[in-house]
Amino acid sequence: MNLTLKIWRQANAAAKGNMETYPISDVSPDMSFLEMMDVLNEELMVKGIDPVAFDHDCREGICGMCSMFINGEAHGPDRLVTTCQLHMRKFNDGDTITIEPFRANAFPVIKDLTVDRSAFDRIQQAGGFVSVNTSGNTQDANSIPIDKHDADKAFDAATCIGCGACVASCKNASAMLFVSAKVSQYALLPQGKIEATDRVLNMVKQMDDEGFGNCTNTGACEVECPKGISLENIARMNREYYSASIEG
Amino acid sequence: MSESLRNDGRIWVPKKLEDAKAIREGNLKPTDLAEEDRDYYLERRYPAFGNLVPRDVASRAAKERCDAGFGVNRTGEAVYLDFAAAVIRYGKEQAHIKGLNEEDEVLVKNLGQEVVRSKYGNLFQMYEKIVDQNPYETPMMIYPAVHYTMGGVWVDYNLMTSIPGCFAIGEANFSDHGANRLGASALMQGLADGYFVLPYTMGDYLSDDIRTGTIPIDSSEFEAAEKDVKDQLDAFINNKGIHSVDYYHRKLGKIMWDKCGMSRNEKGLKDAMLEIKALREDFYKNVNVPGSQNEFNEQLAKAGRVADFLELGELFAKDALERTESCGGHFREESQTPEGEALRDDENFTFVSAWEYNGEPADAVLRKEELKYEEIEVKTRSYK
Amino acid sequence: MISSSIARKLAMALSGVFLVLFLGQHFTINMTSVISEKTFNSISHFMGTNPLVQFVLQPILIFGVLFHFIMGFILEIKNRKSRPIKYTTFNGAANASWVSRNMILSGIVILSFLGLHFYDFWFPEINYKYIEFLPENPDRYYEELVHKFHDPIKVILYSVSFLFLALHLYHGFASSFQTVGVNNKFSKSIKLFTVAFSIVVPLGFVFIAVFHHLNGQ
Repeated sequence: MNLTLKIWRQANAAAKGNMETYPISDVSPDMSFLEMMDVLNEELMVKGIDPVAFDHDCREGICGMCSMFINGEAHGPDRLVTTCQLHMRKFNDGDTITIEPFRANAFPVIKDLTVDRSAFDRIQQAGGFVSVNTSGNTQDANSIPIDKHDADKAFDAATCIGCGACVASCKNASAMLFVSAKVSQYALLPQGKIEATDRVLNMVKQMDDEGFGNCTNTGACEVECPKGISLENIARMNREYYSASIEG
Repeated sequence: MSESLRNDGRIWVPKKLEDAKAIREGNLKPTDLAEEDRDYYLERRYPAFGNLVPRDVASRAAKERCDAGFGVNRTGEAVYLDFAAAVIRYGKEQAHIKGLNEEDEVLVKNLGQEVVRSKYGNLFQMYEKIVDQNPYETPMMIYPAVHYTMGGVWVDYNLMTSIPGCFAIGEANFSDHGANRLGASALMQGLADGYFVLPYTMGDYLSDDIRTGTIPIDSSEFEAAEKDVKDQLDAFINNKGIHSVDYYHRKLGKIMWDKCGMSRNEKGLKDAMLEIKALREDFYKNVNVPGSQNEFNEQLAKAGRVADFLELGELFAKDALERTESCGGHFREESQTPEGEALRDDENFTFVSAWEYNGEPADAVLRKEELKYEEIEVKTRSYK
Repeated sequence: MISSSIARKLAMALSGVFLVLFLGQHFTINMTSVISEKTFNSISHFMGTNPLVQFVLQPILIFGVLFHFIMGFILEIKNRKSRPIKYTTFNGAANASWVSRNMILSGIVILSFLGLHFYDFWFPEINYKYIEFLPENPDRYYEELVHKFHDPIKVILYSVSFLFLALHLYHGFASSFQTVGVNNKFSKSIKLFTVAFSIVVPLGFVFIAVFHHLNGQ
């Protein structure tokens, strides 16, 4: 397949940036999107053009690094995939593909398609954990009985890889789906309930301080999430927040 | 993750060469092959363990079948991982539990697929995205691939390297997995080392320095090391060569895969060492790293890593050359049983090879850590 | 607390639900006008003169309206700032309904309608009762209502506004449940109910306007 790629180029955080157009030919439909980008970069380097910088790591959909906004959707047109799992057979010969970084005030661009998502790390650090006493009095977590439905829901929430597609897809650049997934995975389990009040208040405060927008329940995040994280988690976090606010 | 699929999948290739050829050319579908035309080779060769033999044995067996011409994808490097039998088994079980008709094939298939979906749904979805085939309806195609590396930096029981005060943990060292890392263990080792071991051992080491005052930061050793790194970075950026870093990475990968992979021999390993050395020299002469140092520069970061790989790869080949026995994941064609299994040479090779840096990888010095077993008798694994 | 994003969303949801409840009540009372002139007059008179309704509920309602749209604008501005550099290509339609992404638009149309509606009914009422202190007349309401829908342009303006009201409710009503934290096995039925409400009530209002327009010819 021959394609025309329109890619956002930005030299560094301070640069203004703009879209550049690059043709690419002989793309195999079996290639993943990132493999195609690798091929593009080889060609660019031969021509003496700076290769496109983009985030990637595991290349199998579980690390949350790859993050391209393709043809107006986070991780491209396919569902339940990350950018590295998107394959070129989803496109047609002759297509023009627009590639931009995940945009949000809270995700400053570092270079080209890479953005700084440490806002997510700071939200996690604010409360996304369960405190454990490791000085010899540790209780075996496996000995606490847990309702399987809760465990399943917690597990589903825990599959969030923190890629930020939710923020990127949201018209308000809201991080509610991410934060609610992290809150939910603990809130549903007995070990997490102990610190539920502080957790949700601190994580939501950090989320607000980072400059993410407000949720207006459009549901775009749930549709674009590569892991299929459910909107139920947002409702759950809302409930957690309200009861935490009352408790103090 | 994908290892768990072998719990329920059955591995096979066609029994007849012409069937394999037809499948490769797209003229025959695996679902059209009758049971008697299928070679469930792991079950055939290893009746006791069947499809659950460890990775090294399963990998070599897959390679053996594909080398013999029975591979089932376009490049001939794939074998089938088939869930059809598991679907039927689970389906009948569910039908039985629910008091439904176990002979109803459609019902059994649906019930069975549901069970398989609840166990492996995420992996089946990943497979479909990559291959664009439905693994619920047709067997999956799999082949061994390079995953992690075995061995690592030598450390003592406190995870300290031969440099006092320098600790190495996780997959970088060899402590938990030593010569034969198999199974999903890298993460485990990182956690185990970092959470349970290091907090105690590093603290113990530092306690000796409890009366040491502030350590001055202007030491000649540090400055020399810093200069080395800076010079190397400068060299990469200023080289303005002709080939990208990935070009060398891929070439190195191909040499390792072909000559230092699942199956090794003397000639291949000697060739590999020479080829890698030549490639390394070519790399430093002709690598092209675009951009500058003081910006986000992935190519520069990669250059540093590939430079390391180009040394490590030659060392791997040297180590494989020295160890003329077969042991675990290390398989020397010259040392195998008549059935093609790994043949150890305990008399000569019951030691851990630790290689001391001496400039060029080919000049590394072998230090043997003898393995003396007092409580156990060293045996050979058999999965028959 | 009102600085937290979730708290603000809750305030939007609760004020919205309050307005929905008002709408339900307003719809019910106005529907009587197409059934019985006498009933409509007596209820309207009650609502227009009962001190609890006039001096307690009415201010609360006015506050609710003001709060909902002012907070709506504040949040819209904040949300736009969350992505100062826009995408060159954003395919919002791929994953979210038009109405959910354009609540500010349907909201502005409803606000403009409110301006017109106040001009038609509320200002004259306030003037009649509290500025000119005209005598109470429990039978004037029906005639005044029919008179207002004489003009076909008015009927059209009202109907278009009711369309946007339907759009605003279609997303907003169900969305308020999500915001207050209700998302469970009943949510499908709740969605059905809110959708029905979002269609039936505005449609009913259109019917009332058209009915009186045709009847009053």
